Amino acid sequence: MVEHRPILTLVAHLVLILGVLTVAFPVWLAFVASTHDSTAFGSGVIPLWPGTHGVETYRVMLGQGISTSGAPPLLRMMANSLLMALIIACGKIAISITSAFAIVYFRFPLRTLAFWAIFITLMLPVEVRIVPTFKVVADLGLLNRYAGLTVPLIASATATFLFRQVFLTIPDELMEAARIDGAGPMKFFRDMLIPLSRTNIAALFVILFIYGWNQYLWPLLVTTDAKFYTIVAGIKRMAEVADAVPQWNFVMAAAVLAMLPPVLVVVLMQRLFVKGLVETEK
Amino acid sequence: MKRTIFGNQGLPWLLLAPQLAVTLVFFLWPAGQAVRQSFLREDAFGLKTSFIGLENYAALFRDPQYLNSMQVTAVFSLAVAALSLGLALLLALALDRMLGSARIYTTLLVWPYAVAPVVAGIMWWFIFNPTIGIMPHMLRALGYDWNHGLDGSDAMVLVVIAASWKQISYNFLFFVAGLQAIPASLREAAAIDGAGPVRRFLTITLPLLSPTTFFLLVVNITYTLFDTFPVIHATTEGGPAQATNILVYKVFNDGFLGLNLGSSAAQSVILMAIVIALTVIQFRWIERRVEY
Repeated sequence: MVEHRPILTLVAHLVLILGVLTVAFPVWLAFVASTHDSTAFGSGVIPLWPGTHGVETYRVMLGQGISTSGAPPLLRMMANSLLMALIIACGKIAISITSAFAIVYFRFPLRTLAFWAIFITLMLPVEVRIVPTFKVVADLGLLNRYAGLTVPLIASATATFLFRQVFLTIPDELMEAARIDGAGPMKFFRDMLIPLSRTNIAALFVILFIYGWNQYLWPLLVTTDAKFYTIVAGIKRMAEVADAVPQWNFVMAAAVLAMLPPVLVVVLMQRLFVKGLVETEK
Repeated sequence: MKRTIFGNQGLPWLLLAPQLAVTLVFFLWPAGQAVRQSFLREDAFGLKTSFIGLENYAALFRDPQYLNSMQVTAVFSLAVAALSLGLALLLALALDRMLGSARIYTTLLVWPYAVAPVVAGIMWWFIFNPTIGIMPHMLRALGYDWNHGLDGSDAMVLVVIAASWKQISYNFLFFVAGLQAIPASLREAAAIDGAGPVRRFLTITLPLLSPTTFFLLVVNITYTLFDTFPVIHATTEGGPAQATNILVYKVFNDGFLGLNLGSSAAQSVILMAIVIALTVIQFRWIERRVEY
């Protein structure tokens, strides 16, 4: 703050409070809707204050799902989402950190080519090549499998670049010292590089967990068996029913449950989240 | 570049193998297939394919629906970028005046980043539901009859709001970081010279913030081009009457539902070209920032 202007500070507070309220508004309404009975959505306008059926709605959704629309219990869908998010986050970190190690600490023929092959994945988001990628996965027999759900999303140029950047800032003397002490490359990798990039790994994990949890199009295509549905991809199927039969309380309960885990991760690990976000965009 | 390296020749390939395998099988091969497919025509039963050169592309640029989709995408992209950047900048400027309460405001503003686009879409779809939604109810009181199921511009406003709502937190964080990087001494000197807050914003803050703004513009355009697919898919499904049929939704629609593989492949290739251009712009900008 450059100078003391109480009016401007007041305006700033007002802007921020208005911003916070606007951002929270849809989530509040979704939560309120999930605490009402289905009859609340027949006519008139959506309720603005919580009702008394919240516990019941969440119990039904978590335990049974909506049988009429073939939606399985949400607990199972959330477990699938969690598994998918964890495999994608850990897988991306694992294959990227080894790739970065190979690119930074070794000289071998075609090194530049390998680097560019990884770089180019940045330019091929799954939405763009969706039809041929789906065909590859179908041909490999990976539909309705956790492998099909996760492995095609696991390559990561951003994570590889991030680790490359981290490794480049680690002083050469460290490696020389390790070599004099008789450490081989894998020992150096395990005992030096991984501990030194611990906070980067954690920050990246937060971002990648959110990325994995929020996947939509890919799980929608790859899973046709309800056993493998993820909650984020499953919402649309429920909403389609809600358009005909007003089951907004159930749909909004699913929306609340679908956003809860990643939002908690951001709120509880805010510092790591901001670090991860800023680093991955470098 | 490291001065010292390990001597092994086989090990680096072993370390790279998983990443390269995934890249080859699920990225490069399908992308190559899309390029190949875009030059072919397949008959209705998939029995016979023939090489037709650029005919799929030519057909696209004659197709009024495709041209409409391009226009819709441009409007959507720019509207989301303008709305989310504008609001995020306003919030970041307000936060810049805060001392003690900055942290709590930041926490309360950044969490929508974690909300899946489809959830954002569904929530706003609910709020704007023509029969029971709160917004149509209020608009009706003002004399406007909202119906995104029938009116194309209503549908566009709906998806723009849903997509922007989610993006504000991201832009906000980068604007806050950009504002903090501006040396306080510059603004203090301007204040001593008698420049008021508005003048200081226009002559100092805004120009020094332009690298951040440009970077965010590119990121936001990329976001609206590809990551907003779920918003469209879960709410308007491209309608009514193609009013929200953005390019990435059309690729999916033509490829999976319309089963027009040649055309869908050509559309994929065009989208790839757009991403490549955006990525190149983004990386060139980063090179420049290093000199800064």
